[in-house]
Amino acid sequence: MDWVNAVVQGVMLGGLYALLACGLSLTFGVMRIINLAHGDIAILGAYLVWTVVDHTAMSPFLAALLALPVMLVLGYALQILLLERSLRAGPLVPLLTTFGLAIVIQNLLLQVFSPDVQSLGGNAGVITTASWQITDQLSIPGLGVLILAVAIVTLGVLQLFLSRTRLGREMRATAQDPDMAGLVGINARDVYARATAIAVATAGLAGLFLAIRSTFDPSSGPTQLIFAFEAVVIGGFGSLWGTLVGGIVLGVAQAIGEQINPQYSILAGHLVILVVLATGRGSLLVARGARA
Amino acid sequence: MTGRAMRDPQARYRVQRWTALSYTSTAGAVALITALIFVPAVLGTTITQQLTSLLILVILAVMWNALAGYGGLISVGQQAYIGLGAYGAIYLNQQGVPPYLAMVLAALAAGVIALPVSLLVLRLRGGQFAIGTWVVAEVFALLVVLDQSLGGGTGISLTTLDVYSPSDRQAYTYWLTLGCTVLLLAAVFFLLRSRLGASLRAIRDDEDAAASVGVPVMRAKRVLFVLAACGCGAAGALTLANTLFIETQSVFGVQWSAYMIFIVLVGGLGTFEGPILGAIAFYLIQNQFADYGAWYLVGQGATAIAFALFLPRGLWGTVEGRFHLSLLPVGYRLRPAAAEFPPIQGQVKDPAGARHG
Repeated sequence: MDWVNAVVQGVMLGGLYALLACGLSLTFGVMRIINLAHGDIAILGAYLVWTVVDHTAMSPFLAALLALPVMLVLGYALQILLLERSLRAGPLVPLLTTFGLAIVIQNLLLQVFSPDVQSLGGNAGVITTASWQITDQLSIPGLGVLILAVAIVTLGVLQLFLSRTRLGREMRATAQDPDMAGLVGINARDVYARATAIAVATAGLAGLFLAIRSTFDPSSGPTQLIFAFEAVVIGGFGSLWGTLVGGIVLGVAQAIGEQINPQYSILAGHLVILVVLATGRGSLLVARGARA
Repeated sequence: MTGRAMRDPQARYRVQRWTALSYTSTAGAVALITALIFVPAVLGTTITQQLTSLLILVILAVMWNALAGYGGLISVGQQAYIGLGAYGAIYLNQQGVPPYLAMVLAALAAGVIALPVSLLVLRLRGGQFAIGTWVVAEVFALLVVLDQSLGGGTGISLTTLDVYSPSDRQAYTYWLTLGCTVLLLAAVFFLLRSRLGASLRAIRDDEDAAASVGVPVMRAKRVLFVLAACGCGAAGALTLANTLFIETQSVFGVQWSAYMIFIVLVGGLGTFEGPILGAIAFYLIQNQFADYGAWYLVGQGATAIAFALFLPRGLWGTVEGRFHLSLLPVGYRLRPAAAEFPPIQGQVKDPAGARHG
């Protein structure tokens, strides 16, 4: 029964990883770049919510409603000010600039908020403690269900946005062929900036739930980037629903590893990735490329 | 263009590797290395230790530049081999291997371990390769923490070096570091001059195009990846010898990658001399500003971004591009065969600039 419990916990943890991963997947799908500051941006979102909560004592969920528009604006600005220029400079430059950005964000957070570990778990109200007791050993935590539900809704909305709206179609067109899209009147610059804005906002949302579910500090970002990347690789690059599958596989692997020995938790997730890469499934997924 | 040159372009140009400047600077480099040998005897332990740190940075930068600047492989996971080199030296030393021999063997072991790793990560490209190497580094860090005999997560010292007096120990460590630096620089130098070096630059510029004309892409990348792992392994083992204590968190930390990226971007990505210049700059900046803590690191990240965007060839690359300087002959120049055909104005635009590599 412990094992069933581990799998259930892992599935719900997968919801958080899918939330983290969908922004990474979207940026890769649209612009073919990997934002190495993605994890740090999620932590920035967590600190943004934490600051609002700290000053107003409002619920983190309400605070997130204030923080997410800010994240959208930050994402738009990030694209216009930094990524656009990097994209023009060649395929390697976005990696270097986003890695530099990651260092800047981490150390700014360190300078402003101190290295203390923070959590929003205590401020989120009854949801953090609520759970459904199924049997003696198996209980389903309310927060886990909420995160998984938010992840599914976010992915569903993103999918609908990409397939049904005008901007979504423009985004897919630009992803396939930016020059051709430009010829039919699509402003690639604007499309890219909106895609980054959405990616940064989803990272902020993931940061919110990370902060409620556990703890965070200025150096938490890189780990989150790695988890997001792993979810994307397992699920297939550029596939949105794939990130949910990837997130859940990663979450379950970590939960099962933890069940064996708490030290094996993260290692188990990494080993899944190495197996995916070794069996060639990874390269197949990577080669299949992006259909955002 | 004259008829004869059209028929026989080789009569019009000759390929030049060595120039008067590169003869002079190569001789200068040899003289400098010779002088560096005498540092411990002349300048004392403190300066010797500082120079050891600097040389370790040079090794790391040259290795990262070899990967990124010549292979187009941006790694954020070279700390894997730094950690393996350091912990490998500890492990071998625990098995009874003398400490300095253990360091050399650990560096080679890092290269051996990189071989199977390369089978996994070299399938990836661009950002996926970058994070893929990082995941590998995390895996090695987690595995090392699991081993209690290596100190777990709390760190471990290399105690067997205590048999030497501090000044002797520092001198030996320095000489080994100097030896490794020269050896690795020479390895990169000859690699770049070889056929493989030309292949690597073709891959960096356009991997698919290179593959289509028969460049062995995978083999070239693998050679580079293993060499970089050996070099980073040596840097790790030498860091251990220089500080006598290591901790999993810091020796496997991603900050190493941040240092390497900063140094190479500032010095000049894809130039032979740039990383050396960058390492010296980084070392001076660090000594000057490290007290500012997080703000210093913010500045470091911002500087890396600025160089990547506005000065992508770095300090050395910019100087080299403007003045056609190349201190060490790793590239080729096309020179008009001036004795027979004096260059005709307007036909050969900037002949000295037609340099590849």
